[in-house]
Amino acid sequence: MPDRYPGYDVLSKRNTASWNDASRQVIDARLAIVDSPEFFDERKWRTLRAICDRIVPQPAGRAVVPIAAMVDRKLADDHRDGYRDARLPPQREAWRRGLAALEAAAQARAGVAFHRLMTVAQDALLRDMQCGRLDGPEWDDMPADLFFRERVAHDILAAYYSHPVSWNEIGFGGPASPRGYVRMYFNRRDPWEAAEAKAGHEAAARDANENM
Amino acid sequence: MTVESNQLHDALHVPRGKDGRAPDPLRVGGWMPMREYREDEAVDFVIVGTGAGGGTLACKLAEAGFSVIGMDAGAWWRPLEEFASDETHQDKLFWTDERICDGDNPLKLGSNNSGKSVGGSTVHFAMVSLRFRPEWFKCRTLLGYGADWPLDWREMWRYYGEVEQALKIAGPVTYPWGPKRPRYPYRAHEINAAGWVLAQACEAMGIAWTETPLATISAPRGRAHPCVYRGFCVTGCATNAKQSALVTWIPRAVTAGAEIRDLAMVGRIEVNDAGLATGVHYQREGQWRFQRARNVVVAGYAIETPRLLLNSATDRYPDGLANSSGLVGRNLMAQTNQGVYGVFDDEIRWYKGPPSLTLTEHWNYTDTGKDFFGGYAFMAQGPLPQAWVSTQAGNRGLWGEALLREMQQYNHQAGFKIVGETLPQERNRVTLADEKDQYGLPVARVTYSLCDNDKALVKHSIDFMSRGLDAIGARDIWAEEDDTCHLNGTARMGDDPATSVVNADCRSWDIRNLWICDGSVFPTVGGVNPSLTIQAIACRTGDRIRQLAALGEL
Repeated sequence: MPDRYPGYDVLSKRNTASWNDASRQVIDARLAIVDSPEFFDERKWRTLRAICDRIVPQPAGRAVVPIAAMVDRKLADDHRDGYRDARLPPQREAWRRGLAALEAAAQARAGVAFHRLMTVAQDALLRDMQCGRLDGPEWDDMPADLFFRERVAHDILAAYYSHPVSWNEIGFGGPASPRGYVRMYFNRRDPWEAAEAKAGHEAAARDANENM
Repeated sequence: MTVESNQLHDALHVPRGKDGRAPDPLRVGGWMPMREYREDEAVDFVIVGTGAGGGTLACKLAEAGFSVIGMDAGAWWRPLEEFASDETHQDKLFWTDERICDGDNPLKLGSNNSGKSVGGSTVHFAMVSLRFRPEWFKCRTLLGYGADWPLDWREMWRYYGEVEQALKIAGPVTYPWGPKRPRYPYRAHEINAAGWVLAQACEAMGIAWTETPLATISAPRGRAHPCVYRGFCVTGCATNAKQSALVTWIPRAVTAGAEIRDLAMVGRIEVNDAGLATGVHYQREGQWRFQRARNVVVAGYAIETPRLLLNSATDRYPDGLANSSGLVGRNLMAQTNQGVYGVFDDEIRWYKGPPSLTLTEHWNYTDTGKDFFGGYAFMAQGPLPQAWVSTQAGNRGLWGEALLREMQQYNHQAGFKIVGETLPQERNRVTLADEKDQYGLPVARVTYSLCDNDKALVKHSIDFMSRGLDAIGARDIWAEEDDTCHLNGTARMGDDPATSVVNADCRSWDIRNLWICDGSVFPTVGGVNPSLTIQAIACRTGDRIRQLAALGEL
C-alpha cells in the first residue's frame, strides 16, 4: 500500500496546542503498553497474535503496534462495552472459548497450531469463522460468526485504531484540544493537519508533513 | 487500561459532591458551595439521574424553592482537565455495565445511547437539538399510527423556546419546516465539507436542508468560549462549548440550592404500607444507604428507569412500581440510525467540527411518497477512526488488507445517517436478567426487534440517501444497514391509566408521589433526536409541580 501521508507523524504535535495534558497522559500510557500478555496464557497469546496479524496485516519496516497486548489489557481489566448479545458469554469467557475452538479447528484441519499455519490457511479459517462455518463441542453453542464480529473484529480493530500509527496511516488529525480546526471547507487543510500525497507531488506532501 | 493515568479516572472512584461543595466544571480546579441534606430529613424531591430529564428538572424544582437531591450513578467530571481527545479513554462517560441484548435485532448499547455521569448522556451527545413536528403529539389521531401524547404542541413550543434559550442553541435564521419558530439564540456554525456534501445532495434531489440547531455555542458565553471545531463532541467536549446538563442545568441547580450526589447508584425505591414512596436505597462509597424523600423522580433513561421500577417490586407491587398497566419496560423504541457513504475526489476531512452541521427534515414533514408510517431526518456525519472502522467492519465484514485500503479513504469519505422513527411495540422491552452487576442488582435484558414498518422506513431512507450521494458524483456508495441510536419509551405517558404509566405531568398513575422524567415517557419517538424534547418536558413538569403544590395537590 502506498504511503498516502508520507512523513506524517501525529506525535509531532504532542507539544503543540493540539494536545492538552490529559491527551498526553492517555497517549503516553498507550504507547508504553508492553507486548506481553497479562490475561492470556502463552498458548492463547500465540493464537491471538496470529489472528491480529491477519485482521490487521502491519507493513514491514515500521514499528509494530502491539494490538494483541491492547486486546489482552481490555480483558485483564474486564473493560466491557455496555452490551452483550445474549448468545455470547461475557467477553473473557468468549475469548477463551473462541481461541480454543479456533485451535481445535486448526488441529482438525491441518494438524498444527493456528499460528504455524500458512497465512492463506489462517485466512481461510478466519473466513469460515466469520461466515459461521465453524462449529463443534468447543464452541459450546457460541455462534462462531457472532464471536468473529462482536469480539475478534470489534476488539482488535478498536485497539488498532486507538493507536497513533493507525492515525498516521489514514491522515487523521489525532488529539485536538484546546486547539481545534479553522479551515472547514473542501480541500482546505490547516497547517497542523496531514498533507496528502498527490500523484507527482509526493515530495511536497512529505515536506509539509515533516515541517508541521 | 491499567497503565493509563489513574488521575484522569479519579472521579470514578471518589465522590466529589460532598462536604458542602461541588465541582465547578467551568474553572480548572474550581469548586462551588453546595447545600447538603441529611438522609433522615425527607427532602421534597429526590431525583434519580441527572441527565437531560433529571438534571433539567433538578434545576427547575430547586429554582422553584423545593428541597432537591439529584443522585447519579456516574462521576462528576471536570472537562477542562479530565477529558482527553481520545475515543478509547473517553468511554469513561458511557454506561458500560453489562446489559444483555436479544430479540431479532439485538441492540448495541453503551456508547451512542447511554451515559453514566453527572449530566448523563448530554455529556457525550452530538448536540443536535430539534423540535418535534407538531402533528407527532397527536400522531394516532392525525397521522394514523402510534399513540397520542397527552401534551399540546403549542404548549411544547413554548417549552422548546425555554430550553433553546437556556442552552443558547446555535441555529439557522429561518427553519425550513413546521410552524414559525423564534430565531435561535446564537447564530449557526460554519458548515464543514461533510455538511456541504449533504447540502449539495439535498439540492440535487430538490429538497430543503438547513444548518443543524446545535447545543454548542457559536459565540462566547460566560466562562466558555465558542466551539473550536475539534470534532471530538461524542467523546465529551474538553472546552465546555457544548451546552450539556453538566455545564448548564446542574450548576444552576446547585446555585439554587439543590444537592447532587455523584457515584450514587440507586437500587431500590422504598414504598410504605400506604403505597407511597418514602425514599431511595442507594449505594455510595461501598455502602447501601437510605435517603428519605416526600417525592421520588426516576430519570434514568429508557433502560435504567424501568430496571429500577422493576427492581423495586414489593408484595404490594409484585410486578414492580407504577406498573398496574403492565407497560413498565414495554414499548422500547430505539431510533434507527442507518447510513450511506461514498468517496469523493475532494478532501472532506470529516473529523473537523461537530459531526452533523447540516440536516434535512424533509421526510419528517412530507407524508406523500411513503410506504410507511413515521418519519426520519438525515444528517451529515463525521465519525472518528474507531467509530468509522466499527462501521466498516461491522456492516461490510471487511478485515485484513481490504479493510486497511478502505480506511485509507477516510479523508475523502462523506455520508449521511438517519434518525429514524420506530413504532412502539409491546414486545420490545426491558426486563430483569438473572445476572447481577457490581452493585448486586439484576442487570437489564433488552429485547428488540424491528417491525415491517420500521424496515420499510429504513429501506426508503437508504434508497433516497444513496440517490442523493450518486447525484453529486460520489463513488463506491454503500449502505450501513444495521445501527440504532436513541432509546425511548418503556414508561409511556398518556390520558388513561390502563394504557400508560404516567400522566401528562410525568406523575405515575399508581403512586402519586412517584414521577418519571426522561425519554421513557415518550409514547412515540418521531424522527428527531430526543434530548430537546426530554428537556422541554422536564421544564413543563417543573412548572406543573409548582402549580400543583400551590393548589395543595402534590
